[in-house]
Amino acid sequence: MAQPVTGDQVLEPVAATTPGMVRLLLSNRVAVVAGLAVLGFAAIGLLAPVLAAYDPSAQHPEAIRAAPFWHPEGSTRFLLGTDSLGRDLLSRIIYGARISIFLGVVVVLLTLVVGTGLGMLAGYFRGWFDAVMSRVVDTLLAFPFLIFALAIMAATGPNLVALVLALAFKGWVDFYRVARGDVLAAREADYVTAARGLGASAPHILFSEILPNIIPPIIVLATLRMATIIIAEASLSFLGIGVPPSIPAWGTMVADGRADVASAWWIATFPGLGILLLVLCVNLFGEGLRDALDPRMRK
Amino acid sequence: MTAQPLLEVRDLHTHFSTYRGPLRAVDGVSLTVARGETVALVGESGCGKSVTALSIMRLVRRPGRILRGRVFLDGEDLLQKAGAEMRQIRGGRIAMVFQEPLSTLNPAFPVSTQIVESLKVHGVARGKQARERGIQLLEAMGIPAARERFRSYPHELSGGMRQRVMIAIAVSCEPELLIADEPTTALDVTLQAQIMDLLARIKQERGLAIILITHDLGLVSQFSDRAAVMYAGQIVEQGPVAELLEEPLHPYTRGLLRCVPRLGRLGMPITPIEGSVPDMAALPPGCRFAPRCPEAMDRCRRAMPAACEWRPGRAVRCYLYGDAEEAGEDRKQDHGVADRD
Repeated sequence: MAQPVTGDQVLEPVAATTPGMVRLLLSNRVAVVAGLAVLGFAAIGLLAPVLAAYDPSAQHPEAIRAAPFWHPEGSTRFLLGTDSLGRDLLSRIIYGARISIFLGVVVVLLTLVVGTGLGMLAGYFRGWFDAVMSRVVDTLLAFPFLIFALAIMAATGPNLVALVLALAFKGWVDFYRVARGDVLAAREADYVTAARGLGASAPHILFSEILPNIIPPIIVLATLRMATIIIAEASLSFLGIGVPPSIPAWGTMVADGRADVASAWWIATFPGLGILLLVLCVNLFGEGLRDALDPRMRK
Repeated sequence: MTAQPLLEVRDLHTHFSTYRGPLRAVDGVSLTVARGETVALVGESGCGKSVTALSIMRLVRRPGRILRGRVFLDGEDLLQKAGAEMRQIRGGRIAMVFQEPLSTLNPAFPVSTQIVESLKVHGVARGKQARERGIQLLEAMGIPAARERFRSYPHELSGGMRQRVMIAIAVSCEPELLIADEPTTALDVTLQAQIMDLLARIKQERGLAIILITHDLGLVSQFSDRAAVMYAGQIVEQGPVAELLEEPLHPYTRGLLRCVPRLGRLGMPITPIEGSVPDMAALPPGCRFAPRCPEAMDRCRRAMPAACEWRPGRAVRCYLYGDAEEAGEDRKQDHGVADRD
């Protein structure tokens, strides 16, 4: 078929390339290292029963507050020493990674789904739903997290379900606000008008047209929120109202070692370092992801 | 008795509520389009051309509302249709092409997904069949290497190519009416001609009726059968293109034509229309054009002239050609049609 000479011919068809996102993320060395470290923490948590030398709850009365192996009084039997009940610190830290990451993932997923869903509905349909939801969100933002968490945990006692609810209580608000704002902008976009003009239904427009365009900032927010959740969980555990005492958690361990900081510094220090490292890596990875997903950073 | 028109818009009113009161973006527009006919809707920016198109499709969103009027497609009133029925009509029987081809394609998906989706929504084809059909459509739109292009993302295509893709999507489900809202405004002049030729060809091949929304009188004269001139939410004059351009009746149309430079009249000064478009939320009581009209009479400032048929096929809303005044605007028949989807 003879083609008229058109001014808009491009020489070579460009194959549909995946956006340079993955490449950009991989070129950010800090983010790659941080991401691998987070994966490492997750692997440690998953493989805890294999990696830990001791049962994290097993007490060794003969070796209370044993020092780490490089210490003059330490031995290689307990690599990082033991706590005031003679429990192996390294094993407890390994198990502690498990609960921190588990809670972080569960709470972030829960808040992401709830917050993004409500935010998209409010942003797209506006009206009374948006008005009511946005006032609820404003109220929650003015509500001190710790007071609510203290109240719910004091009422139910330390248990995981209550802890997840306490952590998720305000967490969805950030997802709500990001999703609502982005949908508000996207609903006026020409491609949405065009889709409506082609007979697309509201659910189709929301989930198939708009969602793929607003998902990158939500993913970034999810990683950054994960760091916040891990800190919040550690803080509540430190206060004794987080993870039940039967499950080893870094926050609880720091609290346990607090009294012995002068004589046995390692009891509080190593779990504290665990929190620091995990949160730092999650944050660095999240920032790398944000840079890679931000279209202004491309090229 | 004449054949039933494909589209008949009767006394359509679409208002937007603002803090300063209702903004009458479309204020009593009546328009007919016959099968296979191209009708141009001409006017300055903000005169209500696009809102008229969106009202026909029932795509006006709050704070906009279709207050009253009738939109008949083949004798069926679209304003009475249920949401689901209306969705089948959009894209199925009436399709739209917009001004900005880049922003009207979803940046998150390749072209293929967007064509296939439209075929699927309207139950025309699915799966492999839909893909093949999509590629054929792109070929028919004059897109070279259509098979490769089919997998491209919108940002990988040039402006003209994107508009061809948009037109391919618009005609994919064999609509009877295509509303082209300034389809070439975002393109340069050579591409404009190509896209307009493409539209003319599609119209011929598929027997499509087109509403061409534009402010370019050159396009109107070349590509349409009839034209309606809009000013401040109303159609001030309509008629067959040749007659309307040869012998414009309404002072606004005459003014518009004097703004167009023409070969053969080189050296003649271009006369602008003095003044500017009225504030749509605070319209003058009489004729909307009176404050700028060189021939305005006292009466023009007091009461709105009604549209009158000056000659068969030529209607004009001006006291120079008819004596009738617009009836009072108190008859309220509020459909309150404002779709949410």
